[in-house]
Amino acid sequence: MLHHAPASRVTYVIIYVMLIALTAATTGIAFLDLGKFNAVLAIMIAVMKATLVALFFMHLRESLRLTWVMTSVGLVWLAILIVTTVADLLTRGWLGVPGS
Amino acid sequence: MPEAAASAALAEQFDDPVQQYQAASLGMWAFLVTEVMFFGGMFTGYAYYRAAYSAVFGAASNHLDVLLGTVNTAVLLTSSLTMALAVWSAQMGRKRALTIFLILTMILGLCFLSIKFTEYAQKYAEGLIPGHGFLYDGPEPHKAQLFFSFYFAMTGTHAIHMVIGEALLAVLLIQTRWNHFSAAYYTPVDIVGLYWHFVDIIWIFLFPLLYLVSRHTAG
Repeated sequence: MLHHAPASRVTYVIIYVMLIALTAATTGIAFLDLGKFNAVLAIMIAVMKATLVALFFMHLRESLRLTWVMTSVGLVWLAILIVTTVADLLTRGWLGVPGS
Repeated sequence: MPEAAASAALAEQFDDPVQQYQAASLGMWAFLVTEVMFFGGMFTGYAYYRAAYSAVFGAASNHLDVLLGTVNTAVLLTSSLTMALAVWSAQMGRKRALTIFLILTMILGLCFLSIKFTEYAQKYAEGLIPGHGFLYDGPEPHKAQLFFSFYFAMTGTHAIHMVIGEALLAVLLIQTRWNHFSAAYYTPVDIVGLYWHFVDIIWIFLFPLLYLVSRHTAG
């Protein structure tokens, strides 16, 4: 085999069933009132689903280490973008504005 | 003979077909990282205003159709399965199976776009398109309008990516028919597969963030 050993079709179907189950779970959980944990769980389940798709459907599991570096760096920059922007909003009121 | 087919497609700057494949794959991942940053800007803007106007955004979010959103998520995940199976068929050199799975993926993609269009039509009928005709009846409509701007910008950009994916699948289908692919050379199928799964991942995040986060407050 030239590129990478093909995953079995059974693996793909198992991953698919897990993805559908997680979709049902995230929709079901959304109707329960869990306060802040609604958002936390929704994002955690989305991250789990995205990880399954990337590792198995996109074959990241068998990819070059260089591909892992590329994707990790992308996620680090995304984290910087989101965390610093939202941190600014959430902490802006902590120290008043001088002169007002 | 597979080796002959592979070497025929080998560009001169590469040592061997494996290196050529790895370069193509890494290049696609680099592109997908830029796409993460592209969508990341919108996700950041959405997160910012969701935190700033959480009550209004929550109320506006409950105007979206959660059933259609869930069905569309399932449709897109199924299309990812058929795409993964298309790549598998290409790896195995099974032309007939590859053709069938490419067509199935295209049909599922069109189902997704049709459902999305139905949702857009509903929003139009309800007057929830940002602009002069915006007829939102909840509190603070100017902030709710911002939610719908994010909704249309993010799902619209995602839908454009789906349309591009459909075009790429159509090209693969023609190339399959012309016997471009074999067990030794199927890089374009693999690369388009990466793109298709990436677009699926974007929707995996859009769905809970836009449709679900404030559902429990709907009462």
